[in-house]
Amino acid sequence: MCRANYSGGRRKSLPDFHRVFQDELMPFIPHTPEDTQAMLAACGVDSTEALFDEIPAHLRVRELDGVPPQLSEMQITRLMNQRATQDGMPLNFVGAGAYEHHIPAAVWQIATRGEFYSAYTPYQAEASQGTLQLIYEYQTMMASLMGLEVSNASLYDGASGLAEAVLMAGRANRKSKSLKVLLPESLHPYYRECVQAICALQGFELVSLPLRADTGTTDHAALAAHAGSDICAVVIPQPNLFGQLEDVDALTDWAAAQGALSIAVVNPTLAAVLKPPGAWGEAGVDIACGDGQPLGAPLSSGGPYYGFLCCKQKHVRQMPGRIVGRTVDLDGKPGYTLTLQAREQHIRRAKATSNICTNQGLVVTASTIYMSLLGPQGLANVATSCLERTRKLAQALCAIDGVERVYSGAYGHELALRLPRPAQPVLEALSARNIIGGFAPGRHYAGMDDVLIVCATETKTDEDIAAYAAALKEVLA
Amino acid sequence: MSTAAEPLIFEHTSPGRYATAQAPAAQPLPEDIPAGLRREGAPLLPEVSELQVVRHYTRLSQQNFSIDTHFYPLGSCTMKYNPRACNSLAMLPEFLHRHPLALPDHSQGYLACMYELQETLKSVTGMKGVSLTPMAGAQGELAGVAMIHAYHAARGDTARTEIIVPDAAHGTNPATAIQCGMKVREIPTNAEGDVDFEALEAALGPQTAGIMLTNPSTLGVFERRIEEIAKKVHEAGGLLYYDGANLNAILGQVKPGAMGFDVIHMNLHKTFSTPHGGGGPGSGAVGVSARLEPFLPTPLVVQDGDGYRYADKDERPQSIGRLSAFMGNAGVLLRAYIYARMLGPEGMRRVGEFATLNANYLMTRLRERGFDLAFPGRRATHEFIVTLKRQKQELELTATDVAKRLLDHGFHAPTVYFPLLVPECLLIEPSETEERDVLDAFVEAMVAIWDEAKADIDKVKGAPYTMPVRRLDEVKAARELDLRWQPAAAE
Repeated sequence: MCRANYSGGRRKSLPDFHRVFQDELMPFIPHTPEDTQAMLAACGVDSTEALFDEIPAHLRVRELDGVPPQLSEMQITRLMNQRATQDGMPLNFVGAGAYEHHIPAAVWQIATRGEFYSAYTPYQAEASQGTLQLIYEYQTMMASLMGLEVSNASLYDGASGLAEAVLMAGRANRKSKSLKVLLPESLHPYYRECVQAICALQGFELVSLPLRADTGTTDHAALAAHAGSDICAVVIPQPNLFGQLEDVDALTDWAAAQGALSIAVVNPTLAAVLKPPGAWGEAGVDIACGDGQPLGAPLSSGGPYYGFLCCKQKHVRQMPGRIVGRTVDLDGKPGYTLTLQAREQHIRRAKATSNICTNQGLVVTASTIYMSLLGPQGLANVATSCLERTRKLAQALCAIDGVERVYSGAYGHELALRLPRPAQPVLEALSARNIIGGFAPGRHYAGMDDVLIVCATETKTDEDIAAYAAALKEVLA
Repeated sequence: MSTAAEPLIFEHTSPGRYATAQAPAAQPLPEDIPAGLRREGAPLLPEVSELQVVRHYTRLSQQNFSIDTHFYPLGSCTMKYNPRACNSLAMLPEFLHRHPLALPDHSQGYLACMYELQETLKSVTGMKGVSLTPMAGAQGELAGVAMIHAYHAARGDTARTEIIVPDAAHGTNPATAIQCGMKVREIPTNAEGDVDFEALEAALGPQTAGIMLTNPSTLGVFERRIEEIAKKVHEAGGLLYYDGANLNAILGQVKPGAMGFDVIHMNLHKTFSTPHGGGGPGSGAVGVSARLEPFLPTPLVVQDGDGYRYADKDERPQSIGRLSAFMGNAGVLLRAYIYARMLGPEGMRRVGEFATLNANYLMTRLRERGFDLAFPGRRATHEFIVTLKRQKQELELTATDVAKRLLDHGFHAPTVYFPLLVPECLLIEPSETEERDVLDAFVEAMVAIWDEAKADIDKVKGAPYTMPVRRLDEVKAARELDLRWQPAAAE
């Protein structure tokens, strides 16, 4: 019955694929055959095919051979459960840009309420006050966590957010005529690759700052070579890839003395107990960014996370991305709306501060709920617990013959260990024992084939740490 | 929809209160952390109980429109139903737990989904390679233009610095070209809604890197001379970029690859029904023709023997590189994969077919009731444009007025004032998941607002009346910036 509606008027050259429809193959489309018939009649056509008559016939689809066959909800549920089970739940001792934390049950239960989950970007402010007020609250929390005046509503992730921060510095630093940006080698290699891919398109020159072999932090002596030259910005990670804490005050002050803007890349959990970027050096950094994932987003294979971006008030007009402001309505009642939209692509087009449109709203929703649940005390507890667990892990692993810390000096909730053998095969052997043992930086750094970067968050018990130590001992034996 | 004002979460604070069951016990800050690197003063986070948090954010959620509660005929945004299974299956504990740096032996289930999604997207677009890395449409655009740039550079063709963009294009198109270090050359649209062919010919030259097109265009019509355009651009040495914002219109009906496009981005949060989430996350997967395949952003998922693994820049040296720390918005990609599997090839075709039927039906009904179409001689694609030019002249009724009054009728506004070249423009896209009764009710609301404007225009101009707030003072918002709550300001 239904078939007749869709086959009418079709060309003979089209394969069966176009004609063979069954009533049950209408996923998420509510039309009954009667609806369809009446709607076609209203349009004055006898088949849907006629609605495509402006498209040259020879362009019409003949096959979709690469699309796998349709599954019912029951069948896809079975398949996804099989695939999830296949990947299992290994014990994670890896961070390197994505950190496993306990996420309170309320976070995603509330964030995935349909009114948040299926809402559009809040362009119609009156019908989006929930999302807008939430973002205003988020901006307040994130700006305060970073010790800066302004936060935007999010960028895609930490790495691309840093690229946007670099582009922003290029616009905001009016004193500098160069697009030279100093990027420490201690910064995560994926972040450096991402900044290179995005910023080089606009002619930015990215200059590496070498790593000190003893402390695993940026070599301040190497800064001398750049002193007095025209530098647009200096990037400062805290902690860095190796978990080491940089001397952020000195780096921030050095950047300021050169007329360069400073860009902090920080872990937001540790920001609850470490000096926030807004307090670094004499005057604080200009821009702080990083990945918001640790604040309520699951590991989830790398995304969706979100990039946070905060800055001093004076740079706000150079910020990329959406920003929410508080104002009043016709009756003088307070309300929230997207503001400073004259920076954005849908208004400014070619003159926009960025091409970004869609951001990571739902993850920011989750993150705002996470920060609200934990509060300043709870978040500090998470941070200190991670620091304590990582020290416990370091102690357990360094008790194994031939395993030792690579660097001296203060570190966060991650640290670099030297193994008596190349790290990659060790990681593979650990993985076979259901342990993700860390991140092997050897692919990205010369002479680090035997280095392993490990992490323990508050989620790791004494038993977990003992299990890892036992497995590593066995693998190295 | 709740209209009761909800205080800020900070205004619920009682010092010392927090959801203790969710946080680990406090530990002393390790002694090795130097005094100069420690934080002084706590951040301004709320100090509230779990119930207070749950109640506050539940109440805020009730001050939103959403697909789950309202019809959203937003042109170019494809606000279709987001199937529940896509969410629940993407949030299986193992998928949430999987670290992006997990080794291949703990990744095969996830990577199989990603590989099959790549293959599915290749098939529906007619492209030769797909990268899932870009995290939203605009980043997909950036990847696409960066690949065009890299392609010309690899051939030593360095004079190609210009991207041609029709005046009706999404704002992201020119913004992306600039972000990629290119110059933008705008060309006009003719009265029928097609690209002005003569202007295009005049714009082409040895400086042309490529053209960015949306087809169906943002005017809601199919670009009929697309093959001639492709031929001309290719003859001039340029490449064609397909903005996939409107892919829903032609899903399973026409492949951009067949039209001659070299690179395409897909908004999986539109066509593949992943949620908009109040502004994101999205996914802007890119597809390319054979000549751009080496330049795809990394990582890709490749087949290796019986299994799957990532391919990175070390084995794809011409790649434009990495656009995210890991591989895009993985959880969004899983939702898109699940959706694609629930459609299958037949379902994909149905999407394009019924999205088009709904748009043509709604367009016909509105025209019958006296509304003016921007392109009355054309078929609607998945969307169409109503222009209120006449109502503005006769009644001072603007697109904004209609948009705001529609909220009171329980409908989200269509996209307004875009594309800019149509006066008092309402860009309307119903999507395939709405039933006929909803479309009919929307027509009645539109007619009611017009009638009301004839009787009492001030009533319409004061709308909305039933939302948590009335029209907001956006000038004040931009001039007297208030971007965060400060305790002192609250007193």
